[in-house]
Amino acid sequence: MNVIASRPAPQYPPHARTYRYDEIDREFLAERIAEFSDQVARRLRGELTEDEFKPLRLMNGLYLQLHAYMLRIAIPYGLLNATQLRQLALIARRWDRGFGHFTTRQNIQFNWTKLEDVPDILRALAEVDMHAIQTSGNCIRNVTTDEYAGATPDEVVDPRVYAEILRQWSTLHPEFTWLPRKFKIAITGSPNDRVAAQVHDIGVLAKRNVAGAMGFEVHAGGGLGRTPLIGRKLRDWVPEDEFLGYMEAVLRVYNALGQRDNIYKARIKILVRDLGDAFVEMVEREYATMPRDPYRLDPAIVAAIAAHFAPPPFAALNDIAPPEDPEFAAWASRSVRPHRQPGYASVTISLKPVGGIPGDASADQMEVVAALAERHSFGEIRVSHVQNLVLPHVRQDELFAVWQGLRAAGLATPNIGLISDIIACPGMDYCALATARSIPVAQRISERFADLDRQLDLGECFVNISGCINACGHHHVGHIGILGVDKRGEEVYQVTLGGSATNDAAVGELVGPAFSYDDIVDAIETIIRTHVAHRALGERFIDTYRRIGLTPFKEALYAAA
Amino acid sequence: MSSTPKARPATAPVVFTANRLRDGRVVWLGAEGSWVEALAAARVFPPEAAAEGLALAKQGERQQQVVGVYGVEIRHLAGAPVPLKFRERLRAAGPSIAAEPAGWRLAS
Ligand code: SF4
Repeated sequence: MNVIASRPAPQYPPHARTYRYDEIDREFLAERIAEFSDQVARRLRGELTEDEFKPLRLMNGLYLQLHAYMLRIAIPYGLLNATQLRQLALIARRWDRGFGHFTTRQNIQFNWTKLEDVPDILRALAEVDMHAIQTSGNCIRNVTTDEYAGATPDEVVDPRVYAEILRQWSTLHPEFTWLPRKFKIAITGSPNDRVAAQVHDIGVLAKRNVAGAMGFEVHAGGGLGRTPLIGRKLRDWVPEDEFLGYMEAVLRVYNALGQRDNIYKARIKILVRDLGDAFVEMVEREYATMPRDPYRLDPAIVAAIAAHFAPPPFAALNDIAPPEDPEFAAWASRSVRPHRQPGYASVTISLKPVGGIPGDASADQMEVVAALAERHSFGEIRVSHVQNLVLPHVRQDELFAVWQGLRAAGLATPNIGLISDIIACPGMDYCALATARSIPVAQRISERFADLDRQLDLGECFVNISGCINACGHHHVGHIGILGVDKRGEEVYQVTLGGSATNDAAVGELVGPAFSYDDIVDAIETIIRTHVAHRALGERFIDTYRRIGLTPFKEALYAAA
Repeated sequence: MSSTPKARPATAPVVFTANRLRDGRVVWLGAEGSWVEALAAARVFPPEAAAEGLALAKQGERQQQVVGVYGVEIRHLAGAPVPLKFRERLRAAGPSIAAEPAGWRLAS
């Protein structure tokens, strides 16, 4: 079947700020698809066993989950253009069940992939410069960054440039293809951390010094999962031209010393925790032995990549007052945020409708967002690590039209940052590793707190849910974290309070014994009522929690026991 | 990734499950070595015959029809096999959520 080849090659919108592949990238991708297509055919003919095939499929982003194969597609640092999003919609419709799931790593997953269709899907992706390579396995995974990059007024440095440099450096890096474990890097260019940098294997803050020079603050050893840890600052300042050399040194020390023989201790966080200052010194020693020149980041290369992310052709506008429509105003108060360019704004699109599946979008919705991006946001879309989408550059005088377009497609839930803007991993409804379901818990919580006035009254509150200790739903750093575990063959839910993924990163504290599936939503209700009873004027949940501690919540939850 | 729960001697009747190679769908070992989609049509082995059942099911792996074979303990409820563990009940029934966003389709 070659339905793809017969269609005309898609054209990029003129100003979509995604990195564009050159011929070498495209040739490589074509070769890789041909190779994997052959491997799939041999597997289907029975010439490869599953033991032989599994590492090959995982290198191409193909998992075998609970009910079907799942294909995880890389969205480098969460940037998409309208053509790419349309192609994802086409894939969802043609080869899946009409929807896709955006993940906390700013990627997309298709949950109902058939093995026999994978070669066609990969060809369809390659048509728009996308692939599924390095979305699995013990390699450097998709680098994540700020979904408002290049748009937000608080940005000091555009992190996309360096995210792209990291992508090129880490893609198929021969030394780092078989690391002790998977490796996740996040980079931000704003002093306000929106990428959870401190809970990544490496978290980078791109910044400028007083002289205006570019450099990087590098943290390492953060992570969630079985052993949640906040990262440690390795260096306050790595000059721009030394960035890749220093990153290479960190990876080398980890690659040499990471505990390959124990999957639970193989992440860099364990090494950093156990070695402490010695780890920092080892990185410095490694770096000192490395020749400078081959690793020097050439300013000409930086400039060439930066050209891909030049600002779109903004019109010269002034900021304007929003239209006086109460429904629009309610949505705008949550979804519209200031832009660095006068007369523009960024729009966050909630993929968390009441009772919906966090991060899911139907093919039709993807097409609506693609069309809105084309018309109103220079063809650009971002995926956020909290599983929403962003139109980064919208003219303020077009916000009303964007809202109408989103509302007609069920995409204008005004709950960004509120209690129903829940992060949830796929959990046991899809994931083979899960010990409990996540999605229906998220759905029930969003239904319980559906009343927007109540949500607004509560203010910012992050509820994060994971279906097992792997913590893909970032439960440790939710203000309220929920972890589904297995207790004698049934699912129960542990609750942690006080986590944070921002500058004041913290791992939540376990509140006490777990709750049943039936009781978990009431438990969250009790936690919220306790917060409301104790809160001072204007306090968010996390503020109240930090002031009064765990005890009042514990007492309220377990009083009757 | 398919997970294969650790084998311990079965104390309840057992059925065998796997994912179908071609499309990954959940299947159950049925009569005469066939693989069926409905748990209700699965062949049930008494605990003492679990090893024999596993050997039969493994043939499906060797013949490259299925992937990740393992046994699932069940009990009978109104004559139908029901897995003891929630995970396997969910696997048999499919996702507990609508397999589509609460969302939204073009009217066409
Ligand atoms: S946290 Fe566990 S259940 Fe959820 S997606 Fe990750 S591995 Fe699967």
